[in-house]
Amino acid sequence: MNSQATLNIQNADLVVQGSNVGKTFGGGSVVALEGADFQVEKGQFVSLVGPSGCGKSTLLRLIAGLIDGTSGELSVHGRRVTGPHTDVGMMFQKATLLDWRTSIENVLLPTEISGTITSADRKRAAELLDLVGLKDFMFAFPSQLSGGMQQRVALARLLQSGADVLLLDEPFGALDEFTREHLNTELMRIVGEVGATALFVTHNIAEAIFLADKVFVMTARPGRITQIVDVPFERPRPLSIQTSPEFNTLVAQVRDVLGEVH
Amino acid sequence: MATSDAIVIPQPHGMSLRNRRLLIHSAIFITLIVLWEFGSRIGWLDPLFYPRPTNILRSFWLIYFANGNIWFHLYATLGLVFAGFIAGSILGVGLGALVGFQPLVRRFIKPYVIVLEATPRIAVAPLLIAALGFGAPSKIAIIMLVCFFAPFINTLSGVVNVDEDRLELFQSLGASKMQVLRKLVLPDAIPVIMAGERLALTAALSGALVAEFIQRDQGIGSLILIYTRNLNMASAFACIFTLTIIGFLIFRGMEWLDQRIAFWKSEAGMARVGAKRAQAFGGAHV
Repeated sequence: MNSQATLNIQNADLVVQGSNVGKTFGGGSVVALEGADFQVEKGQFVSLVGPSGCGKSTLLRLIAGLIDGTSGELSVHGRRVTGPHTDVGMMFQKATLLDWRTSIENVLLPTEISGTITSADRKRAAELLDLVGLKDFMFAFPSQLSGGMQQRVALARLLQSGADVLLLDEPFGALDEFTREHLNTELMRIVGEVGATALFVTHNIAEAIFLADKVFVMTARPGRITQIVDVPFERPRPLSIQTSPEFNTLVAQVRDVLGEVH
Repeated sequence: MATSDAIVIPQPHGMSLRNRRLLIHSAIFITLIVLWEFGSRIGWLDPLFYPRPTNILRSFWLIYFANGNIWFHLYATLGLVFAGFIAGSILGVGLGALVGFQPLVRRFIKPYVIVLEATPRIAVAPLLIAALGFGAPSKIAIIMLVCFFAPFINTLSGVVNVDEDRLELFQSLGASKMQVLRKLVLPDAIPVIMAGERLALTAALSGALVAEFIQRDQGIGSLILIYTRNLNMASAFACIFTLTIIGFLIFRGMEWLDQRIAFWKSEAGMARVGAKRAQAFGGAHV
Protein backbone atom coordinates (compact mmCIF):
# COMPACT_ATOMS: atom_id res chain seq x y z
CA MET A 1 0.00 0.00 0.00
CA ASN A 2 2.68 2.41 1.07
CA SER A 3 5.04 1.54 -1.75
CA GLN A 4 2.19 1.90 -4.25
CA ALA A 5 1.60 5.50 -3.14
CA THR A 6 5.27 6.36 -3.45
CA LEU A 7 5.29 4.96 -6.95
CA ASN A 8 2.36 7.18 -7.95
CA ILE A 9 4.06 10.30 -6.66
CA GLN A 10 7.12 9.36 -8.63
CA ASN A 11 5.03 8.93 -11.75
CA ALA A 12 3.42 12.33 -11.29
CA ASP A 13 6.86 13.90 -11.22
CA LEU A 14 7.85 12.18 -14.44
CA VAL A 15 6.94 14.42 -17.35
CA VAL A 16 8.44 12.55 -20.30
CA GLN A 17 8.98 8.80 -20.29
CA GLY A 18 10.37 6.64 -23.06
CA SER A 19 11.07 2.95 -23.08
CA ASN A 20 12.74 1.24 -26.00
CA VAL A 21 11.71 4.07 -28.32
CA GLY A 22 12.81 3.51 -31.92
CA LYS A 23 12.29 5.10 -35.30
CA THR A 24 13.26 3.76 -38.71
CA PHE A 25 12.83 5.46 -42.07
CA GLY A 26 12.52 4.00 -45.55
CA GLY A 27 10.74 0.83 -44.46
CA GLY A 28 13.37 -0.08 -41.86
CA SER A 29 16.45 0.53 -43.99
CA VAL A 30 17.56 3.63 -42.05
CA VAL A 31 17.63 3.38 -38.25
CA ALA A 32 17.33 6.95 -36.94
CA LEU A 33 16.86 5.98 -33.30
CA GLU A 34 17.06 2.69 -31.45
CA GLY A 35 16.13 1.50 -27.99
CA ALA A 36 15.92 4.87 -26.25
CA ASP A 37 15.15 4.44 -22.52
CA PHE A 38 14.87 7.66 -20.55
CA GLN A 39 12.89 9.68 -18.02
CA VAL A 40 12.60 13.42 -17.61
CA GLU A 41 11.31 14.81 -14.33
CA LYS A 42 9.21 17.91 -13.87
CA GLY A 43 11.24 21.11 -14.10
CA GLN A 44 14.33 19.29 -15.30
CA PHE A 45 16.57 20.66 -18.02
CA VAL A 46 17.89 17.91 -20.27
CA SER A 47 20.48 18.38 -23.03
CA LEU A 48 20.73 15.99 -25.96
CA VAL A 49 24.24 16.08 -27.35
CA GLY A 50 25.84 14.11 -30.16
CA PRO A 51 27.06 14.18 -33.75
CA SER A 52 24.67 14.60 -36.66
CA GLY A 53 22.72 11.43 -37.36
CA CYS A 54 22.58 10.40 -33.69
CA GLY A 55 18.79 10.78 -33.65
CA LYS A 56 18.54 13.79 -31.32
CA SER A 57 16.22 15.77 -33.58
CA THR A 58 14.24 12.59 -34.31
CA LEU A 59 13.73 12.03 -30.58
CA LEU A 60 12.50 15.63 -30.17
CA ARG A 61 10.05 15.28 -33.07
CA LEU A 62 8.76 12.01 -31.62
CA ILE A 63 8.07 13.69 -28.27
CA ALA A 64 6.39 16.60 -30.08
CA GLY A 65 4.14 14.10 -31.86
CA LEU A 66 5.16 15.44 -35.26
CA ILE A 67 6.28 11.94 -36.33
CA ASP A 68 5.22 8.47 -35.14
CA GLY A 69 7.65 6.03 -33.56
CA THR A 70 8.14 2.58 -35.04
CA SER A 71 8.73 0.83 -31.73
CA GLY A 72 8.59 1.30 -27.97
CA GLU A 73 6.47 3.38 -25.63
CA LEU A 74 6.57 7.16 -25.31
CA SER A 75 4.42 9.24 -22.99
CA VAL A 76 4.13 12.86 -21.89
CA HIS A 77 2.37 13.61 -18.58
CA GLY A 78 1.49 9.92 -18.43
CA ARG A 79 -0.38 9.95 -21.75
CA ARG A 80 0.82 8.14 -24.84
CA VAL A 81 1.98 10.47 -27.59
CA THR A 82 -0.24 10.06 -30.65
CA GLY A 83 0.06 13.48 -32.32
CA PRO A 84 0.82 17.16 -31.65
CA HIS A 85 -0.53 18.35 -28.30
CA THR A 86 -0.56 21.66 -26.47
CA ASP A 87 1.48 20.49 -23.43
CA VAL A 88 4.50 20.34 -25.69
CA GLY A 89 5.97 23.20 -27.70
CA MET A 90 8.89 23.30 -30.08
CA MET A 91 11.47 25.89 -30.99
CA PHE A 92 13.72 25.57 -34.02
CA GLN A 93 16.97 27.00 -35.32
CA LYS A 94 14.86 29.32 -37.49
CA ALA A 95 12.63 31.65 -35.50
CA THR A 96 9.69 30.91 -37.90
CA LEU A 97 8.02 34.21 -37.05
CA LEU A 98 5.34 35.64 -39.32
CA ASP A 99 6.85 38.68 -41.08
CA TRP A 100 3.56 40.57 -41.24
CA ARG A 101 2.97 40.46 -37.50
CA THR A 102 4.53 42.57 -34.75
CA SER A 103 6.36 40.81 -31.91
CA ILE A 104 3.31 40.78 -29.67
CA GLU A 105 1.05 39.54 -32.46
CA ASN A 106 3.52 36.74 -33.10
CA VAL A 107 3.52 35.84 -29.42
CA LEU A 108 -0.29 35.78 -29.46
CA LEU A 109 -0.45 33.38 -32.43
CA PRO A 110 -0.85 30.19 -30.32
CA THR A 111 -3.73 31.78 -28.38
CA GLU A 112 -5.35 32.96 -31.60
CA ILE A 113 -5.20 29.46 -33.07
CA SER A 114 -6.73 27.79 -30.04
CA GLY A 115 -9.50 30.36 -29.53
CA THR A 116 -10.15 34.04 -29.04
CA ILE A 117 -7.72 36.49 -27.47
CA THR A 118 -8.79 38.03 -24.16
CA SER A 119 -7.24 41.06 -22.49
CA ALA A 120 -5.62 38.65 -20.01
CA ASP A 121 -3.87 36.95 -22.94
CA ARG A 122 -2.62 40.31 -24.16
CA LYS A 123 -1.31 41.16 -20.73
CA ARG A 124 0.43 37.79 -20.46
CA ALA A 125 2.00 38.22 -23.92
CA ALA A 126 3.31 41.66 -22.95
CA GLU A 127 4.72 40.19 -19.71
CA LEU A 128 6.43 37.38 -21.62
CA LEU A 129 8.04 39.86 -24.01
CA ASP A 130 9.24 41.73 -20.96
CA LEU A 131 10.58 38.45 -19.53
CA VAL A 132 12.66 37.80 -22.66
CA GLY A 133 13.91 41.40 -22.59
CA LEU A 134 11.94 42.79 -25.53
CA LYS A 135 9.66 45.23 -23.75
CA ASP A 136 10.64 48.04 -26.11
CA PHE A 137 10.16 45.94 -29.24
CA MET A 138 6.56 44.79 -28.77
CA PHE A 139 5.42 46.49 -31.96
CA ALA A 140 8.48 45.84 -34.10
CA PHE A 141 8.23 43.52 -37.09
CA PRO A 142 10.58 40.51 -37.35
CA SER A 143 12.72 42.05 -40.09
CA GLN A 144 13.40 44.99 -37.79
CA LEU A 145 14.88 42.63 -35.17
CA SER A 146 18.28 40.93 -35.00
CA GLY A 147 18.52 37.13 -35.21
CA GLY A 148 18.89 36.86 -31.44
CA MET A 149 15.87 39.08 -30.80
CA GLN A 150 13.81 37.01 -33.23
CA GLN A 151 14.62 33.90 -31.22
CA ARG A 152 13.58 35.71 -28.05
CA VAL A 153 10.19 36.41 -29.64
CA ALA A 154 9.97 32.73 -30.62
CA LEU A 155 10.72 31.77 -27.01
CA ALA A 156 8.01 34.12 -25.72
CA ARG A 157 5.58 32.61 -28.25
CA LEU A 158 6.52 29.12 -27.05
CA LEU A 159 5.79 30.12 -23.43
CA GLN A 160 2.52 31.82 -24.47
CA SER A 161 1.32 28.55 -25.98
CA GLY A 162 0.98 27.23 -22.44
CA ALA A 163 3.35 24.33 -23.12
CA ASP A 164 5.22 23.21 -20.04
CA VAL A 165 7.49 20.86 -21.95
CA LEU A 166 9.83 22.88 -24.15
CA LEU A 167 11.57 21.10 -27.01
CA LEU A 168 14.46 23.23 -28.20
CA ASP A 169 16.14 22.08 -31.40
CA GLU A 170 19.41 24.04 -31.54
CA PRO A 171 17.44 27.25 -31.06
CA PHE A 172 20.50 29.53 -31.05
CA GLY A 173 22.60 27.47 -33.45
CA ALA A 174 22.50 30.06 -36.22
CA LEU A 175 23.64 32.93 -34.00
CA ASP A 176 27.14 34.16 -33.26
CA GLU A 177 29.06 32.81 -30.23
CA PHE A 178 28.51 35.84 -27.96
CA THR A 179 24.80 36.15 -28.64
CA ARG A 180 24.38 32.42 -28.17
CA GLU A 181 26.17 32.40 -24.83
CA HIS A 182 24.09 35.33 -23.63
CA LEU A 183 20.82 33.77 -24.79
CA ASN A 184 21.74 30.45 -23.15
CA THR A 185 22.10 32.22 -19.80
CA GLU A 186 18.79 33.98 -20.42
CA LEU A 187 17.15 30.71 -21.38
CA MET A 188 18.31 29.09 -18.15
CA ARG A 189 16.88 31.98 -16.13
CA ILE A 190 13.55 32.04 -17.99
CA VAL A 191 13.00 28.28 -17.95
CA GLY A 192 13.75 28.33 -14.21
CA GLU A 193 11.35 31.23 -13.61
CA VAL A 194 8.39 29.62 -15.36
CA GLY A 195 9.25 26.17 -13.98
CA ALA A 196 9.13 24.46 -17.37
CA THR A 197 10.67 21.15 -18.34
CA ALA A 198 13.11 21.48 -21.22
CA LEU A 199 14.84 19.21 -23.72
CA PHE A 200 17.61 21.01 -25.53
CA VAL A 201 19.38 19.65 -28.62
CA THR A 202 22.94 20.74 -29.39
CA HIS A 203 26.21 19.43 -30.75
CA ASN A 204 28.27 21.61 -28.44
CA ILE A 205 29.39 19.59 -25.41
CA ALA A 206 30.14 22.55 -23.12
CA GLU A 207 26.82 24.18 -23.95
CA ALA A 208 24.98 20.92 -23.24
CA ILE A 209 26.56 20.57 -19.79
CA PHE A 210 26.32 24.26 -18.90
CA LEU A 211 22.54 24.32 -19.37
CA ALA A 212 21.40 20.93 -18.13
CA ASP A 213 20.66 18.84 -15.06
CA LYS A 214 21.08 15.77 -17.19
CA VAL A 215 22.91 15.20 -20.46
CA PHE A 216 21.81 12.47 -22.86
CA VAL A 217 24.96 11.59 -24.75
CA MET A 218 23.90 10.21 -28.13
CA THR A 219 25.87 8.41 -30.81
CA ALA A 220 25.13 7.65 -34.46
CA ARG A 221 24.70 4.55 -36.65
CA PRO A 222 22.36 3.51 -35.17
CA GLY A 223 21.15 6.60 -33.30
CA ARG A 224 20.96 5.82 -29.58
CA ILE A 225 21.31 7.27 -26.10
CA THR A 226 24.72 5.86 -25.12
CA GLN A 227 25.04 7.43 -21.68
CA ILE A 228 23.12 9.70 -19.35
CA VAL A 229 25.36 12.08 -17.42
CA ASP A 230 24.13 13.92 -14.31
CA VAL A 231 25.29 17.52 -13.88
CA PRO A 232 25.53 18.30 -10.14
CA PHE A 233 25.63 22.13 -10.26
CA GLU A 234 22.73 24.31 -9.07
CA ARG A 235 20.75 26.21 -11.71
CA PRO A 236 20.91 29.04 -12.68
CA ARG A 237 24.69 29.03 -13.01
CA PRO A 238 27.18 31.75 -13.85
CA LEU A 239 29.10 31.52 -17.13
CA SER A 240 32.31 31.33 -15.10
CA ILE A 241 31.43 27.80 -13.99
CA GLN A 242 32.73 26.65 -17.35
CA THR A 243 36.31 27.22 -16.21
CA SER A 244 35.97 25.13 -13.03
CA PRO A 245 37.78 21.74 -12.86
CA GLU A 246 34.53 19.87 -12.07
CA PHE A 247 32.91 21.26 -15.20
CA ASN A 248 35.87 20.29 -17.34
CA THR A 249 35.92 16.77 -15.89
CA LEU A 250 32.33 16.41 -17.11
CA VAL A 251 33.26 17.77 -20.55
CA ALA A 252 36.08 15.22 -20.76
CA GLN A 253 33.72 12.44 -19.68
CA VAL A 254 31.19 13.27 -22.40
CA ARG A 255 33.92 13.71 -24.98
CA ASP A 256 35.23 10.24 -24.09
CA VAL A 257 31.85 8.65 -24.72
CA LEU A 258 31.49 10.45 -28.05
CA GLY A 259 35.11 9.75 -28.99
CA GLU A 260 34.83 5.97 -28.57
CA VAL A 261 32.67 5.53 -31.63
CA HIS A 262 34.45 7.98 -33.91
CA MET B 1 24.55 78.94 -72.56
CA ALA B 2 23.81 79.37 -68.90
CA THR B 3 22.72 75.76 -68.46
CA SER B 4 25.90 74.20 -69.79
CA ASP B 5 27.96 76.67 -67.77
CA ALA B 6 26.41 75.22 -64.64
CA ILE B 7 27.87 71.80 -65.44
CA VAL B 8 31.37 73.14 -65.86
CA ILE B 9 31.43 75.20 -62.68
CA PRO B 10 33.00 72.70 -60.28
CA GLN B 11 31.41 73.40 -56.89
CA PRO B 12 28.81 76.13 -56.50
CA HIS B 13 28.70 77.03 -52.84
CA GLY B 14 25.94 75.51 -50.72
CA MET B 15 24.61 73.19 -53.44
CA SER B 16 23.77 69.67 -52.29
CA LEU B 17 24.60 66.58 -54.33
CA ARG B 18 20.94 66.08 -55.00
CA ASN B 19 20.43 69.56 -56.39
CA ARG B 20 23.51 69.24 -58.54
CA ARG B 21 22.24 65.96 -60.01
CA LEU B 22 18.88 67.57 -60.66
CA LEU B 23 20.59 70.43 -62.43
CA ILE B 24 22.61 68.08 -64.63
CA HIS B 25 19.51 66.06 -65.49
CA SER B 26 17.58 69.18 -66.48
CA ALA B 27 20.53 70.41 -68.51
CA ILE B 28 20.69 67.17 -70.48
CA PHE B 29 16.93 67.12 -71.00
CA ILE B 30 16.75 70.73 -72.15
CA THR B 31 19.71 70.21 -74.49
CA LEU B 32 17.96 67.21 -76.11
CA ILE B 33 14.71 69.13 -76.54
CA VAL B 34 16.53 72.15 -77.97
CA LEU B 35 18.46 69.88 -80.38
CA TRP B 36 15.20 68.26 -81.45
CA GLU B 37 13.49 71.61 -81.95
CA PHE B 38 16.32 73.07 -84.03
CA GLY B 39 17.03 69.84 -85.86
CA SER B 40 13.46 69.91 -87.01
CA ARG B 41 13.59 73.60 -87.94
CA ILE B 42 16.78 73.43 -90.02
CA GLY B 43 15.80 70.16 -91.69
CA TRP B 44 18.01 67.53 -89.99
CA LEU B 45 14.85 65.77 -88.90
CA ASP B 46 11.88 65.36 -91.22
CA PRO B 47 9.22 67.51 -89.52
CA LEU B 48 6.54 65.21 -90.94
CA PHE B 49 7.66 62.27 -88.82
CA TYR B 50 9.45 64.10 -86.03
CA PRO B 51 7.26 67.09 -85.17
CA ARG B 52 8.87 69.91 -83.20
CA PRO B 53 8.47 69.84 -79.43
CA THR B 54 6.72 73.20 -79.63
CA ASN B 55 4.20 71.71 -82.06
CA ILE B 56 3.63 68.75 -79.74
CA LEU B 57 3.03 71.17 -76.88
CA ARG B 58 0.53 73.04 -79.03
CA SER B 59 -1.22 69.72 -79.83
CA PHE B 60 -1.43 68.99 -76.10
CA TRP B 61 -3.15 72.31 -75.67
CA LEU B 62 -5.50 71.58 -78.57
CA ILE B 63 -6.58 68.04 -77.69
CA TYR B 64 -6.87 68.71 -73.96
CA PHE B 65 -8.27 72.24 -73.79
CA ALA B 66 -9.07 74.01 -77.06
CA ASN B 67 -10.86 71.04 -78.65
CA GLY B 68 -10.91 68.79 -75.62
CA ASN B 69 -11.45 65.78 -77.85
CA ILE B 70 -9.03 63.46 -76.01
CA TRP B 71 -11.08 63.19 -72.81
CA PHE B 72 -13.71 60.92 -74.29
CA HIS B 73 -11.03 58.56 -75.59
CA LEU B 74 -9.00 58.79 -72.40
CA TYR B 75 -11.95 57.70 -70.32
CA ALA B 76 -12.76 54.92 -72.77
CA THR B 77 -9.22 53.53 -72.56
CA LEU B 78 -8.91 53.87 -68.79
CA GLY B 79 -12.31 52.26 -68.25
CA LEU B 80 -11.25 49.38 -70.44
CA VAL B 81 -7.89 48.98 -68.70
CA PHE B 82 -9.39 48.83 -65.23
CA ALA B 83 -12.35 46.63 -66.14
CA GLY B 84 -10.09 44.15 -67.92
CA PHE B 85 -7.41 44.31 -65.23
CA ILE B 86 -9.81 43.72 -62.37
CA ALA B 87 -11.61 40.86 -64.14
CA GLY B 88 -8.36 39.29 -65.35
CA SER B 89 -6.55 39.49 -62.04
CA ILE B 90 -9.50 38.21 -60.02
CA LEU B 91 -9.61 35.27 -62.38
CA GLY B 92 -5.83 34.83 -62.17
CA VAL B 93 -5.57 35.01 -58.37
CA GLY B 94 -8.67 32.86 -57.91
CA LEU B 95 -7.56 30.12 -60.27
CA GLY B 96 -3.99 30.31 -58.97
CA ALA B 97 -5.15 29.77 -55.38
CA LEU B 98 -7.54 27.02 -56.43
CA VAL B 99 -4.90 25.14 -58.39
CA GLY B 100 -2.34 25.70 -55.63
CA PHE B 101 -4.51 23.97 -53.07
CA GLN B 102 -5.41 20.98 -55.23
CA PRO B 103 -2.36 18.73 -55.53
CA LEU B 104 -4.12 16.62 -58.16
CA VAL B 105 -5.08 19.57 -60.38
CA ARG B 106 -1.62 21.02 -59.88
CA ARG B 107 0.03 17.92 -61.24
CA PHE B 108 -2.01 17.84 -64.43
CA ILE B 109 -2.23 21.53 -65.20
CA LYS B 110 1.49 22.05 -65.75
CA PRO B 111 1.64 21.22 -69.51
CA TYR B 112 -1.20 23.68 -70.17
CA VAL B 113 0.56 26.38 -68.20
CA ILE B 114 3.70 25.82 -70.26
CA VAL B 115 1.77 25.98 -73.55
CA LEU B 116 -0.02 29.14 -72.42
CA GLU B 117 3.25 30.69 -71.31
CA ALA B 118 4.96 29.98 -74.65
CA THR B 119 2.10 31.36 -76.76
CA PRO B 120 2.01 35.15 -77.26
CA ARG B 121 -1.38 35.88 -75.72
CA ILE B 122 -2.01 38.82 -78.02
CA ALA B 123 -2.09 36.44 -81.03
CA VAL B 124 -5.44 35.17 -79.79
CA ALA B 125 -6.99 38.66 -79.95
CA PRO B 126 -8.51 38.33 -83.47
CA LEU B 127 -10.10 35.02 -82.47
CA LEU B 128 -11.69 36.65 -79.43
CA ILE B 129 -13.14 39.38 -81.64
CA ALA B 130 -14.47 36.75 -84.02
CA ALA B 131 -16.09 34.93 -81.10
CA LEU B 132 -17.42 37.92 -79.16
CA GLY B 133 -17.92 40.47 -81.94
CA PHE B 134 -16.83 44.12 -81.99
CA GLY B 135 -17.39 46.17 -78.85
CA ALA B 136 -16.50 46.26 -75.20
CA PRO B 137 -16.83 42.52 -74.37
CA SER B 138 -14.15 41.40 -76.82
CA LYS B 139 -11.87 44.29 -75.82
CA ILE B 140 -12.18 43.40 -72.15
CA ALA B 141 -11.60 39.75 -73.03
CA ILE B 142 -8.33 40.67 -74.76
CA ILE B 143 -7.15 42.63 -71.74
CA MET B 144 -8.19 39.81 -69.40
CA LEU B 145 -6.17 37.43 -71.52
CA VAL B 146 -2.97 39.51 -71.34
CA CYS B 147 -3.22 40.28 -67.64
CA PHE B 148 -4.44 36.93 -66.38
CA PHE B 149 -1.17 35.09 -66.51
CA ALA B 150 1.14 36.96 -64.12
CA PRO B 151 -1.30 36.98 -61.17
CA PHE B 152 -2.16 33.34 -61.89
CA ILE B 153 1.39 32.03 -61.92
CA ASN B 154 2.50 34.21 -59.00
CA THR B 155 -0.44 33.23 -56.82
CA LEU B 156 0.17 29.58 -57.68
CA SER B 157 3.85 29.73 -56.76
CA GLY B 158 3.18 31.85 -53.68
CA VAL B 159 0.67 29.33 -52.37
CA VAL B 160 2.78 26.28 -53.23
CA ASN B 161 6.08 27.60 -51.82
CA VAL B 162 4.93 27.87 -48.22
CA ASP B 163 7.77 27.62 -45.71
CA GLU B 164 7.97 24.06 -44.29
CA ASP B 165 9.17 25.13 -40.85
CA ARG B 166 6.30 27.56 -40.40
CA LEU B 167 3.89 24.89 -41.55
CA GLU B 168 5.33 22.56 -38.89
CA LEU B 169 4.87 25.31 -36.31
CA PHE B 170 1.19 25.68 -37.24
CA GLN B 171 0.74 21.90 -37.07
CA SER B 172 2.34 21.70 -33.65
CA LEU B 173 -0.06 24.42 -32.48
CA GLY B 174 -2.97 22.31 -33.71
CA ALA B 175 -4.10 24.74 -36.42
CA SER B 176 -6.96 23.77 -38.74
CA LYS B 177 -6.55 23.77 -42.53
CA MET B 178 -8.55 26.98 -42.75
CA GLN B 179 -6.33 28.66 -40.15
CA VAL B 180 -3.20 27.58 -42.03
CA LEU B 181 -4.69 29.10 -45.17
CA ARG B 182 -5.87 32.37 -43.66
CA LYS B 183 -3.09 33.04 -41.19
CA LEU B 184 -0.09 31.60 -43.01
CA VAL B 185 -0.41 30.73 -46.69
CA LEU B 186 -2.33 33.76 -48.01
CA PRO B 187 -0.49 36.51 -46.11
CA ASP B 188 2.79 34.85 -47.03
CA ALA B 189 1.84 34.89 -50.72
CA ILE B 190 0.72 38.55 -50.78
CA PRO B 191 4.03 40.16 -51.84
CA VAL B 192 4.40 37.71 -54.74
CA ILE B 193 0.78 38.21 -55.76
CA MET B 194 1.26 41.98 -55.71
CA ALA B 195 4.32 41.65 -57.97
CA GLY B 196 2.09 39.74 -60.39
CA GLU B 197 -0.55 42.46 -60.23
CA ARG B 198 2.03 45.10 -61.13
CA LEU B 199 3.00 43.22 -64.26
CA ALA B 200 -0.67 42.65 -65.07
CA LEU B 201 -1.66 46.31 -64.92
CA THR B 202 1.18 47.31 -67.25
CA ALA B 203 0.15 44.51 -69.61
CA ALA B 204 -3.47 45.67 -69.39
CA LEU B 205 -2.53 49.06 -70.86
CA SER B 206 -0.76 47.43 -73.81
CA GLY B 207 -3.68 45.03 -74.22
CA ALA B 208 -6.16 47.92 -74.36
CA LEU B 209 -4.11 49.62 -77.08
CA VAL B 210 -3.96 46.47 -79.19
CA ALA B 211 -7.72 46.00 -78.78
CA GLU B 212 -8.26 49.60 -79.88
CA PHE B 213 -5.85 49.30 -82.80
CA ILE B 214 -7.90 46.37 -84.07
CA GLN B 215 -11.33 47.82 -83.46
CA ARG B 216 -10.60 51.52 -84.19
CA ASP B 217 -13.84 52.87 -82.76
CA GLN B 218 -12.76 54.74 -79.62
CA GLY B 219 -9.92 55.08 -77.12
CA ILE B 220 -6.40 56.46 -77.22
CA GLY B 221 -5.30 53.58 -79.44
CA SER B 222 -7.75 54.45 -82.19
CA LEU B 223 -7.01 58.16 -81.75
CA ILE B 224 -3.31 57.50 -82.42
CA LEU B 225 -4.31 55.54 -85.54
CA ILE B 226 -6.51 58.37 -86.81
CA TYR B 227 -3.88 61.06 -86.19
CA THR B 228 -1.12 59.10 -87.89
CA ARG B 229 -3.34 58.36 -90.88
CA ASN B 230 -3.97 62.12 -91.20
CA LEU B 231 -0.22 62.76 -90.82
CA ASN B 232 -0.94 64.80 -87.70
CA MET B 233 2.13 63.45 -85.96
CA ALA B 234 2.26 66.19 -83.33
CA SER B 235 -1.12 65.10 -81.98
CA ALA B 236 -0.13 61.42 -82.22
CA PHE B 237 2.93 62.23 -80.12
CA ALA B 238 0.76 64.10 -77.63
CA CYS B 239 -1.33 60.89 -77.33
CA ILE B 240 1.78 58.76 -76.89
CA PHE B 241 3.14 61.03 -74.16
CA THR B 242 -0.27 60.86 -72.52
CA LEU B 243 0.23 57.09 -72.36
CA THR B 244 3.70 57.64 -70.92
CA ILE B 245 2.15 59.68 -68.13
CA ILE B 246 -0.56 57.07 -67.56
CA GLY B 247 2.06 54.32 -67.49
CA PHE B 248 4.08 56.27 -64.95
CA LEU B 249 1.04 56.95 -62.78
CA ILE B 250 0.07 53.28 -62.93
CA PHE B 251 3.58 52.31 -61.84
CA ARG B 252 3.54 54.79 -58.99
CA GLY B 253 0.01 53.87 -57.98
CA MET B 254 0.86 50.17 -57.83
CA GLU B 255 3.99 50.97 -55.84
CA TRP B 256 1.88 52.89 -53.37
CA LEU B 257 -0.70 50.10 -53.16
CA ASP B 258 2.05 47.51 -52.77
CA GLN B 259 3.47 49.43 -49.84
CA ARG B 260 0.01 49.61 -48.27
CA ILE B 261 -0.79 45.92 -48.68
CA ALA B 262 2.64 44.25 -48.37
CA PHE B 263 3.68 46.81 -45.76
CA TRP B 264 6.21 44.53 -44.06
CA LYS B 265 8.47 44.67 -47.10
CA SER B 266 9.45 48.30 -46.56
CA GLU B 267 10.79 50.26 -43.59
CA ALA B 268 8.25 53.04 -44.11
CA GLY B 269 5.37 50.55 -44.25
CA MET B 270 6.48 48.80 -41.06
CA ALA B 271 6.92 52.10 -39.21
CA ARG B 272 3.41 53.22 -40.21
CA VAL B 273 1.60 49.97 -39.42
CA GLY B 274 3.67 49.32 -36.28
CA ALA B 275 2.66 52.69 -34.84
CA LYS B 276 -0.98 52.07 -35.72
CA ARG B 277 -1.01 48.63 -34.09
CA ALA B 278 0.71 49.96 -30.97
CA GLN B 279 -2.11 52.47 -30.67
CA ALA B 280 -4.81 49.86 -31.24
CA PHE B 281 -3.19 47.58 -28.69
CA GLY B 282 -3.06 50.34 -26.10
CA GLY B 283 -6.78 50.92 -26.64
CA ALA B 284 -7.62 47.23 -26.29
CA HIS B 285 -5.37 46.86 -23.28
CA VAL B 286 -6.81 49.61 -21.07
